[in-house]
Amino acid sequence: MSATENGSVKMTGAQIVLQALADQGVDHIFGYPGGAVLPIYDELFQQDRLQHVLVRHEQGAVHAAEGYARSTGKVGVVLVTSGPGATNAVTGLTDALMDSIPVVCITGQVPTHLIGNDAFQECDTVGITRPCTKHNYLVKDVDQLAEVLHEAFYVARSGRPGPVVVDIPKDIQFMTGTYKGVSNSQHKSYVPPRQGDPAAIEAAVSAMANAKRPIFYTGGGVINAGPAASESLRELVRMTGYPITSTLMGLGSYPASDKQWLGMLGMHGTFEANNAMHDCDVMVCIGARFDDRITGRLDAFSPGSTKIHVDVDPSSINKNVHVDIPIVGDCAYVIDQMIAAWKAQNPSVDKEAHARWWEQIETWRKRKCLHYRKKSDVIMPQYAIERLFALTRDRDTYITTEVGQHQMWAAQYFHFDEPNRWMTSGGLGTMGYGIPAAVGVQMAHRDSLVVDIAGEARVLMTMQEISTAVQYDLPIKIFILNNEYMGMVRQWQELLHGGRYSHSYSEALPDFVKLAEAYHAVGIRAEKPGELDDAILEMIKTPKPVIFDCRVDKHANCFPMIPSGEAHNNMLMGDDLTEEDIENAISEEGKVMV
Amino acid sequence: MGQPGSAYSLEKPEQSLETHTISVLVDNEPGVLARVIGLFSGRGYNIESLTVSETEHEAHLSRITIVTTGTPMVIEQIKNQLDRLVPIHSVTDLTVCGETIERELALVKVAGVGEKRVEALRLAEAFRATAIDASLEHFVFQITGRQSKIEQFVALMQPLGLVEVCRTGVAAIARGAERM
Repeated sequence: MSATENGSVKMTGAQIVLQALADQGVDHIFGYPGGAVLPIYDELFQQDRLQHVLVRHEQGAVHAAEGYARSTGKVGVVLVTSGPGATNAVTGLTDALMDSIPVVCITGQVPTHLIGNDAFQECDTVGITRPCTKHNYLVKDVDQLAEVLHEAFYVARSGRPGPVVVDIPKDIQFMTGTYKGVSNSQHKSYVPPRQGDPAAIEAAVSAMANAKRPIFYTGGGVINAGPAASESLRELVRMTGYPITSTLMGLGSYPASDKQWLGMLGMHGTFEANNAMHDCDVMVCIGARFDDRITGRLDAFSPGSTKIHVDVDPSSINKNVHVDIPIVGDCAYVIDQMIAAWKAQNPSVDKEAHARWWEQIETWRKRKCLHYRKKSDVIMPQYAIERLFALTRDRDTYITTEVGQHQMWAAQYFHFDEPNRWMTSGGLGTMGYGIPAAVGVQMAHRDSLVVDIAGEARVLMTMQEISTAVQYDLPIKIFILNNEYMGMVRQWQELLHGGRYSHSYSEALPDFVKLAEAYHAVGIRAEKPGELDDAILEMIKTPKPVIFDCRVDKHANCFPMIPSGEAHNNMLMGDDLTEEDIENAISEEGKVMV
Repeated sequence: MGQPGSAYSLEKPEQSLETHTISVLVDNEPGVLARVIGLFSGRGYNIESLTVSETEHEAHLSRITIVTTGTPMVIEQIKNQLDRLVPIHSVTDLTVCGETIERELALVKVAGVGEKRVEALRLAEAFRATAIDASLEHFVFQITGRQSKIEQFVALMQPLGLVEVCRTGVAAIARGAERM
């Protein structure tokens, strides 16, 4: 490293990488070494500013970085090698793209002169990752490396966040070039919006003020906009007194303990949230994208309501559902603009209509859609989550999940009062997300309680990351709802395929307690409702990684549910279903859908 | 406005398709065309015609002209999806922003003798196509104009011994003094 006459600094490509990460405020990176990133690993060895976390599979590296990013609001950073290192990262990158999580993934590449030669561990990384990243770069000039890395961080965190890949050939890592620091100049082409159009905001606030049956429908965009946006959302919602529901991704931005909260909406959302969405006359969508898990049958989605949609990404607006008042802008700014406009208009709202609306909502609430039958000899999975919530609610807790029934139960029975506490794979629905994500969360929050609510089948997809947790003394808790089935697959086979459980039974399961011991972690098992609380308390006080094998009812299904091809106001309820109901739940038409 | 497909609704709603010419200003860097084409194939949009070339050497900018068809909602999506690609500077829908000039160039090879050959030459003159290569058995005509004109010319050449056609795709620009 040497300073030149004009003050710019000369260093190798590998040193540029570390300097750029340091200047971007990066503390932790998740990675796995290999031939094409050895120069960067050599630099890592010679410093102690950045902590590198060695994962056990590159998919885990990206999920860990996602967990880190989602729980801190910072950009997660990944370092992997060329070829299989990059292809293994693809699932994680796609997951981050679908859920709009800021990640910078540095991949090694074969030396420049070998690119295109089918060299050992070569793959077309930028080609493969082009559709699963927000943007990607192949750096062929060491003098541009610093600038590209800074731009990668800017793109990853700006506007609608997402994953960015920087592919660096090995010869560039060795070459000497000029380091440039972070520039404050505006990007030449990518400048996402911040403030919303004031006229649109005025129109939206007027529509809200004149509403008789209003509802807020919020999503992950509010959480991505930072904790201040969640604070503003609370102010806006309380100021109006209107009911609020949220997507899976948005849980925690509004406190679940509040009386205006209706619970999650969508396929496994609450009866009250979905019915309120169906019957509302003004819908205020903030930072959500009218995903198919949310809307149900599109032609019957909230007929007759005036729809307001706030999104930083204009391509999310009018994609699935036609909206009446689109507002392109960052939630962090637009919600404050809405508050200001509401205060300025100081509207006299129709209090009588709102009272009737809340009355109606109360009748839906009284349906108690999350009620389930408890059993004295078997742990019901819903009960396990309820107890886990009750016994951890006063602690500093972060939750990650895998994907499936347990994920939906976690969303229904674990309640979040703060943003950035809930890490789950929403868009892509990636099995194996939970353990590595928990590793990333715990790395950022060493003293907090981090629990991965898991299923026994899904957890096996990335089980090796427990080894990472052990290596770095990360006391993550893997809380497995073990029903010996890929539960959501089994549920759909029951609903759609006459109960023919094709390959959804988890045969030859490991003994999870012994498995934990083999990894030098701690294994705990609970089989009866009576022993559950003590076992959970033991898990919480264990200062090491724990695999908790919670044996639950094998046939419990996740309800309520909007069956495929149905509308919001046509939900299947769990407590009074007969076998015949289940057989006829989904129409012939609906069976083709996902 | 009709809804597009979803995981919940099978029937494809009947909707009118529109053809739009979209002009996109991009950084002239490796992979940028792949990003644009990948967006169209990945999201199932149509490309009727695509023309690309560097237009501002100093600024390293290329202009991509895309002719596409879709429902109004899909056309909106295409523009918004293009606009969020990082190396894209601007997206302009020439079809909605007033009068535009659209031109395409085609090279048309026709082989034949006798009356057919004479007729081909006569039609070429009527269409203001120029013969840029010829032998006693063939012509290569160069023709410029709107797509419809080129299509008409090619159709007329069909019975006169059309061998092959190469077309550039549409280049388009808005009328008037303003920049896009």
